[in-house]
Amino acid sequence: MAKRLLSWNDLKALQKELTKNINPKARWIAICEGTGCRVYGCLDVSKALEQELVKQGISDVKIMHTGCHGFCERGTLMVIHPEGIFYSRVKPEDIAEIVEKTIKNNQVIERLVYEDPQTSKKIPYEKDIPFYKFQKRMLLGQNQKISPTSINDYIAIGGYQALAKVLFEMTSEQVISEVKTAGLRGRGGGGFAAARKWESSRKAQGTPKYIICNADEGDPGAYMDRSVVEGNPHSVIEGMIIGAYAVGSSDGYVYIRHEYPLALHHITEAIKQAHEYGLLGENILGSKFTFDIKISRGGGAFVAGESSALMQSIEGRVAEPRAKYVHMAEHGLYNKPTVLNNVETWANVPLIINMGSAAYGKIGTENSKGTKIFSLVGKINNTGLVEVPMGVTLKQIIYDIGGGIKHGKKFKAVQTGGPSGGVLPADKLDLAVDFDRLTEAGSMMGSGGMIVMDEDNCMVDVAKYFISFLQEESCGKCVPCREGLKRMLEILNKITDGKGEESDMQTLDDLSQLLAEGSLCGLGNTAQNPVLSTIKYFRDEYMAHIRDKKCPAKVCKALIKYQINKDKCTGCYLCFKNCPSNAITGQPKQKHEIHQDKCIKCGICYDVCKFDAVTKE
Amino acid sequence: MDLTKVDKILANHKNDKSMLVAILQDVQDEFRYLPKEVLNHINKSLDIPLPEIYDVSTFYKAFSLKPRGKHICSICMGTACHVRGSPVILETAKTHLKIEPGQNTPNMQYTLNTVNCVGACAVGPVIQVDGSLYGNLTSMKTIQLLKKFEKD
Repeated sequence: MAKRLLSWNDLKALQKELTKNINPKARWIAICEGTGCRVYGCLDVSKALEQELVKQGISDVKIMHTGCHGFCERGTLMVIHPEGIFYSRVKPEDIAEIVEKTIKNNQVIERLVYEDPQTSKKIPYEKDIPFYKFQKRMLLGQNQKISPTSINDYIAIGGYQALAKVLFEMTSEQVISEVKTAGLRGRGGGGFAAARKWESSRKAQGTPKYIICNADEGDPGAYMDRSVVEGNPHSVIEGMIIGAYAVGSSDGYVYIRHEYPLALHHITEAIKQAHEYGLLGENILGSKFTFDIKISRGGGAFVAGESSALMQSIEGRVAEPRAKYVHMAEHGLYNKPTVLNNVETWANVPLIINMGSAAYGKIGTENSKGTKIFSLVGKINNTGLVEVPMGVTLKQIIYDIGGGIKHGKKFKAVQTGGPSGGVLPADKLDLAVDFDRLTEAGSMMGSGGMIVMDEDNCMVDVAKYFISFLQEESCGKCVPCREGLKRMLEILNKITDGKGEESDMQTLDDLSQLLAEGSLCGLGNTAQNPVLSTIKYFRDEYMAHIRDKKCPAKVCKALIKYQINKDKCTGCYLCFKNCPSNAITGQPKQKHEIHQDKCIKCGICYDVCKFDAVTKE
Repeated sequence: MDLTKVDKILANHKNDKSMLVAILQDVQDEFRYLPKEVLNHINKSLDIPLPEIYDVSTFYKAFSLKPRGKHICSICMGTACHVRGSPVILETAKTHLKIEPGQNTPNMQYTLNTVNCVGACAVGPVIQVDGSLYGNLTSMKTIQLLKKFEKD
């Protein structure tokens, strides 16, 4: 059982104790064990490394099992310190060589070094790799230095000092004023000023007051919050305690998606540790302040990420949003004053206190301060999590950091803001990314999903995807959302089936307006964005589906056909053997044929044919 | 049906009505679905009206009112997976298993589901089988993966 910290001095002493034996020249190895790298088998790599070190009798090299480093495309990631040698795509079979050459003899293994896809240059050190070089990793950078399940690691890098400073040197008004001067805006979607919520809640009548961390990251294609909770749960807890102190709250909740088992495990563990250290519970760090955090698991409903719906869910009911004229800050969870912010927002709070609002305010643009984490995914070379100061351009994110489009294809659009956001075409690449510029362009910041699409993606299909998602996730309370989204989906299905009419475009526009005006929550009144933005920038593509009955990107199933070119087919049998729907007939050594009525357009025949005999039209 | 396990779950949540979602999650973890007898038992023990219990049980995607297969195969339908071809993966899985999402194979070996993003976008398209993730899928690899779990 760890010793409870009874004062700021205890915390300082512990930090000193934990860091006193750190030799900056000592060798240590950070292995990414985030969810992405786990798919690549990083746990086997870790195990192999541990065993090899024991086998070789090396006891002075520390292995740090960290959370997500962000460069998910290249997993398993390994960084060898103190030099910062960066190895990617590491497999267990590479370990013996790494130990022999790099650990024992300081040699860099060329084969495992990152090669820049654009210049073909080998880059051995992490700090020189464009993916990392152009980022400003104030939050994510901590992930690489600590083990998420070790509170000591977090304290060693200065964790909980911001909390101590707040408890012993600042009044609650000063904390709020500091957050206000820093210009912190909520990172979950709307970009609402955090300090304003805190202030109204502080002034509101009623006890207890609640603090909630929204970790129900529901936007498909976005996983920033998961990586923060998974990789650095204490930063979120510290932010929440500071917020609670500012607001005068005694009870907190972390509402977390059940689809994120590892994040759930780490935050549970972190709360337990914070308790043992006296950083949660009664009289935190020996002060008069008392605060505790409970965990509530989500049930797999997208709408539960909406603040009022989320509170319903914590109360054990179905997650239906309510009207916003009653402010959560005054009447939130159990009808008591409540402050809800998302994971990334809370994790920014200790940074603001540590850096000071003046320094923090220098990062970003006039009305969007600090950094933002984006999940850069889709048809991009360097898929992963990137943290950049607000105000960098889409081009910098997609090309300088992201390394451009996969397989040398042409960029078509980037979708931001999740299902409430929109798509932006190539001529918007110079747009500076902040809350207001994105909204002006017809999209939004949202929680930070950035899905890159190339020439092979159909924009009508993308609009249909989001509308289909939203109509399934609509809670059904407001008629325009429940019925309007269904009708929109019907129309989009009609268009992608090649049965669209020109009047459908007007109907989509009419329904969009109805949704925006007639729905209670953000799910409904922004649901038209994917449709309106694709129509705005890609009207031609809609018209190709409607007038020419063609899908230019060859995505929409009803409008494409797989066929066998009889001149090229050798009758090798391979497509016949692999077709899951028995749509192909033919005898060995004779020409084969695809029967369109049975074909499910899975593309296996196209992929397996060695003679390019299968065509897609 | 062993209702003492349910009583234990209820006691863990201090028989608190407002913990209904959490209680149902624990029940589902224990029984792999929400059996009717258990829902009736919760109705009597906590005095929560049955319609309210069903309201919650059918609202959240995580809950199943039907028994589920030995392996739960969830195909990620997140945006990143979508633009990399997950609809084709779903179509292939449906054709191969001969069931629709939400259904079980007749031998109860598989339940097919869809999930809205598991956050492993770098390796999409992704399938989650019994909690483990499999990435960079093609139609071929999907069939190979499904065949692997058909035997055990």
